[in-house]
Amino acid sequence: MADTQGIYILAEIGEAEKPTAVTLELIGLGRDLASRLGERVSTLVLGAGVREAAQELALYGPDEVLFLDDPALSRYDPELYVGALVPFLESRPPRVLLAGHTSLGQDLFPRLAFSLDCGLVTDCVALEVDGGDILLTRPIYGGNAIATQKVGTSKVMATVRARVGEAPQPSSAAAVTPLETAVPASSRLSLKEREVLQSRECPLEEAPVVVSGGRGMGGEDGFAQLTEIAGILSGAVGASRPPVDSGWAASTCQVGITGKVVAPDIYIAVAISGSTQHLSGMGESGKIVAINKDPDAYIFKVADYGVVGDWRQVLPSFSAALREIMQE
Amino acid sequence: MAINIIVCAKQVPDPEGPPSSFEINAEERRVTARGIPPVINPFDENALEAAIRIKETSGANITLLSLGKGLSKAVILKAVAAGADASLLVDAEALDAALLDPFATARLLAAAIGKAGPFDLILCGRQAADTNAGMVGLGLAQLLGIPAITLAQKVEIADGRVVVERVLPDGYEVVEAPLPALVTVSGEVGDLRYPSLQAIKAGKALPQTVLGLADLGVEPAGLGRVETVRLTAPSRERRCTLVEGDTPEEAGRKLAQLLRQEKVI
Repeated sequence: MADTQGIYILAEIGEAEKPTAVTLELIGLGRDLASRLGERVSTLVLGAGVREAAQELALYGPDEVLFLDDPALSRYDPELYVGALVPFLESRPPRVLLAGHTSLGQDLFPRLAFSLDCGLVTDCVALEVDGGDILLTRPIYGGNAIATQKVGTSKVMATVRARVGEAPQPSSAAAVTPLETAVPASSRLSLKEREVLQSRECPLEEAPVVVSGGRGMGGEDGFAQLTEIAGILSGAVGASRPPVDSGWAASTCQVGITGKVVAPDIYIAVAISGSTQHLSGMGESGKIVAINKDPDAYIFKVADYGVVGDWRQVLPSFSAALREIMQE
Repeated sequence: MAINIIVCAKQVPDPEGPPSSFEINAEERRVTARGIPPVINPFDENALEAAIRIKETSGANITLLSLGKGLSKAVILKAVAAGADASLLVDAEALDAALLDPFATARLLAAAIGKAGPFDLILCGRQAADTNAGMVGLGLAQLLGIPAITLAQKVEIADGRVVVERVLPDGYEVVEAPLPALVTVSGEVGDLRYPSLQAIKAGKALPQTVLGLADLGVEPAGLGRVETVRLTAPSRERRCTLVEGDTPEEAGRKLAQLLRQEKVI
């Protein structure tokens, strides 16, 4: 077996040149693994103009931050990322390499894993150290079963869901050094226009509160009320599949196995019956609140708090009372 | 000019089946579906729909490729009849989906594609509805040495290139690659059309090749990189505190107050 060393975390930079929430959570997880395995934590950050973000990352407890600052990396091109990272990861093979189970992580990590012939487990909800093994837990069959897996290669790669780890508090700064590798001169892909349909002020996957509506919302008007509640609780609006299919909610809002997987502190499900497909996308939420007029709706089986009633009658007073409470 | 498209389609237990139909066998570390029929993985159906749309606009010859154990011919026929031109099935005991990890699956598919004749475009679903890993398509492209674009909501062919609208968390981007290429398709493409009874009848006459493991020249043993060590049932059910009131308005107000009382908000 090759001599592998260190816990590496692939950082992502979001709004205002700040590391994303899942990046900081991964550093927290990485620290935890590192202390059990007696390893160091390195954070990798790639992009154009990422020096400042690298300095910021250094405050969150990694042992080092390695950055690759190149104008060619201003947008994510998987071929450039793979071309730059593979030689580096071959020269300094990590014991563990983590990324968020994000748009980038899902696209990049399988490519890297096959290039490096390194075992990868995606969409992890738990990581543990068991003797010399790292056990990775992920839901399968749309969340109807939970598999714990290990990889048979000396390097271990995983993508981890948002809100699995805990972000460390900022402390003293670690060393920040350039990553010694070259960005390939060309890619077979060409990136054309980019269309933004939804503001990223409060990304659904990172929102502490998600207020979602289902088929029973009956139209766009109901979603305006959900938006109001999300505003009061500083959260984001989600939807199950039927409202998206009917055009009442944007496809970027869809929560479920064919949409986004979220695990907020509070998930409020309004007029959602609780299909397997939807539960797979929100079943790991901290507290689940359900409002549904059908007392037999499955959602009440997985909820912590509920009201049996028509949302048209329940929501206005719920919303008014929330506003009062949050202003106190 | 018509291009050759291969659509990779996995048979899975219907993911819309109720949770009780997924039986967990902890000892064998596998899930057995009870009382629900196999279907083509919904994202692979989206991939087939994307292929059929290319065929309609710029012409294509579509081969449906499926690899597994005990493949349902009826399920394959329904998919093929929607608009494919041929099918290639690799059916063997050792291709039990529960025993193959994404690394083994991608290598076996790469070998099967070697038997499928020349291709310009491979379309796969973004992930399978059973294992949900989202790795096989990208792995396959890496093994074949062709460019890959993930999460397509629209796929078109123009001037010998594939043009993809790729879903992003906040919108989409347009990405192009030269052919041959591989694209993974997302649900936004839309559902696979239903074949007419007439098309299903005609589908039976379309060329179908059935291969065994020996034809591939690859053994699954040793190809895997990931092993499942434990399989458990999720503990989803919680105890729900139902808030009641004399009127629904009162219940709404009391719900907000309870959430504060319990320090949820």
